Amino acid sequence: MTAFVNPYKKIKDLHPKEAISPGTGLCAGCGGLEGLRLAMKELGENVLICNAAGCFTLLSVYPFTPLKSSWLYTTMGAPVPAAQGVRDALDIRMAHKGLSNDENLLVMAVAGDGSSNDIGLGATSAALHRKLDFIYFCYDNEAYGNTGFQLSAASPLGSATQTAPTTKVHPAGAESFKQDLFEIWKAQEPTYIATVSPREPVDLSNKFAKAKTLQGPRMFICMSPCPTGWGYDPKESNLIAKLAVDTGIFPIKEYFEGKVVHTKPPKKRLPVEQFLERQKRFRHLFEPERRDDIIALIQQHVDEYWRRYE
Amino acid sequence: MTTDERIMLTGNKAAAWGARMAQVEYVPAFPITPQTEIVETLAKWFAEGTMKGKYTNMDSEHSMFMAAGAGAATGVRVFTASSSQGILHGMESLYTLTGWRVPLVIVNVSRALATPITLEPDHNDVMSTRDCGLIQLHAETCQEVFDFILLGYHIAENPNVCLPVLVNMDGFYLSFTREPVLIPSQEAIANFLTAFKPAQPVFQASQPMARASAVFGGATYSYFKMQHNLAAYHAEKVFNESAQKFSEQFGRTYEPAEKFHMDDAEFVFVMSNSFATKGKAAVLQLRRQGIKAGLLKLRLFRPFPSAFIAEALSGHKNVAIIDQNLSPGMGGITYPEIVASLYSHPNRPKRILSVIGGLGGKDIRESDFMSIINHFKDPESPSPLYLFDDVDMASFQKIQNIANPKEEPSSS
Repeated sequence: MTAFVNPYKKIKDLHPKEAISPGTGLCAGCGGLEGLRLAMKELGENVLICNAAGCFTLLSVYPFTPLKSSWLYTTMGAPVPAAQGVRDALDIRMAHKGLSNDENLLVMAVAGDGSSNDIGLGATSAALHRKLDFIYFCYDNEAYGNTGFQLSAASPLGSATQTAPTTKVHPAGAESFKQDLFEIWKAQEPTYIATVSPREPVDLSNKFAKAKTLQGPRMFICMSPCPTGWGYDPKESNLIAKLAVDTGIFPIKEYFEGKVVHTKPPKKRLPVEQFLERQKRFRHLFEPERRDDIIALIQQHVDEYWRRYE
Repeated sequence: MTTDERIMLTGNKAAAWGARMAQVEYVPAFPITPQTEIVETLAKWFAEGTMKGKYTNMDSEHSMFMAAGAGAATGVRVFTASSSQGILHGMESLYTLTGWRVPLVIVNVSRALATPITLEPDHNDVMSTRDCGLIQLHAETCQEVFDFILLGYHIAENPNVCLPVLVNMDGFYLSFTREPVLIPSQEAIANFLTAFKPAQPVFQASQPMARASAVFGGATYSYFKMQHNLAAYHAEKVFNESAQKFSEQFGRTYEPAEKFHMDDAEFVFVMSNSFATKGKAAVLQLRRQGIKAGLLKLRLFRPFPSAFIAEALSGHKNVAIIDQNLSPGMGGITYPEIVASLYSHPNRPKRILSVIGGLGGKDIRESDFMSIINHFKDPESPSPLYLFDDVDMASFQKIQNIANPKEEPSSS
């Protein structure tokens, strides 16, 4: 067992320095950007982000970049192979070409849930198999957000997306449960996996601080409330993020040295409908008539998850 | 190697030796027939320490090309190889890394594309990379494969180019054919190709940068594409300069295209890669029969050396452009490029015939070259001419009858 002492107890303890400047092209209230902002404060400036096509591609639009660190736009399916190429090249230069260790970079892949769960999953799995030394940051807004909110494997059952709309024949919208990316990754035993929420900044910062001390694949899923896709007022992002945690829909946890630990378990889980009813993507579960059957299915799925741990 | 040595090598081994003698530092790889012997050889050399750096087994060509480009953007000399379906699978990455403007060398061992799936060569795979903005060199012999890899790094790493170079050879016909290859000493090679000094900033902590950022507005996109286009055009001049330097160091001279018995030729075959060897044999045979034949072998295909090719073909009466590729509904892919190059030349050939042959490894026989000559003699003969005769039809029908024995063979 490796001892790691969390450096932060309260929000005031967090690093004051910003590594991402404000004023990007991302939507107001983007939960994912808040997550990345907190992560980058922890990871510092000697980072290279390999970016997959998605919302966050809009972070660096020529001639601007909000980052103090480096950026490489790749493709939707291959930010991780690009990270492999950079990692290998830096290792070769440090081993054989006299590159000083001070010139080393922390290599990071930043991808949305569509890239992470669908088009890029094979390449990520291969990198986990190779034990690539990198950090993976998945901003999970539960659909293909940048293209206008279409169904991804991360879209939860009961949510309406542009490509799984709610109709009389298909009242739920999305009819499959959200793919469990955490468990998929865990099967390959990476060094570290964590789920984080921008609403839990101390927990998030402690996890990135811990990941920074480790080697190998370090994987993050950041719950990313999405005002435009989920359909709520941008000022409510924090509330939505909080409800996702408090209802138990989004478990905050980490996997390390073979064990899964819930770092922010909800004390008393709120009913899922408190999270659902505030978002346009679930409106069809409440009007024109309540779909208690679908709401119950979602609640049951959450209850079954927590029964394994509570 | 400390002294020049002549050794027997397959095309694939010659490619591996090219990467080794260019002191390549990084090889991300993925196997595909008929290329696999290249990466197997390199894997062994890295594993035993003969080559310094890293060999990484990747999970697909899409991933492999992405890792290759990212490695080059981080300042190491990169080599990789692929073929056929692998090129198609990696196509998105190929476009991405040419846009990154990174220098590296890729070997493609040509193999026909599915469907139907097959193993033998034609050029539809390499032609699919025609428009992605890399430099293409087509090799006929094992020596050319080796030389073009050295030449390739010289061109790719030129500050005015900064683009990947793809060296093409034919699968099976060259990849598995052993020929004597002269391997110069490392010392002699060092006089031609120095250690990789990236012309552009590379990723490291002291030089943070955003690379390949998104652009909005057609003007910005167009600017970057025009710059890429200028670099690709400029690569012809760089090819000639690099080839001159190569010639001075090693004594082998490479023009953008090779002229074979062209001076007085009345019938010219335009070909590329290893089937050009068959074309050259046919030229000699035809000349023994009193027919003034010649051959122009395409070597530099991107950038397309239009002026050189137009000059070489002008003044010759009959030109047959033999494409070992097919764009269904249009014909051969190099044909319109050569015709366009000749269009404004007053002394352009009277007849320019498009010929499609060698698809999926189908042999181009001496009789095929004779039938091309006969085709020219008939002013009504259609173009393109497909090299598929009664013998080919009979051989197909023999197999078709096994697949569907009830059906009566139709007459050809």
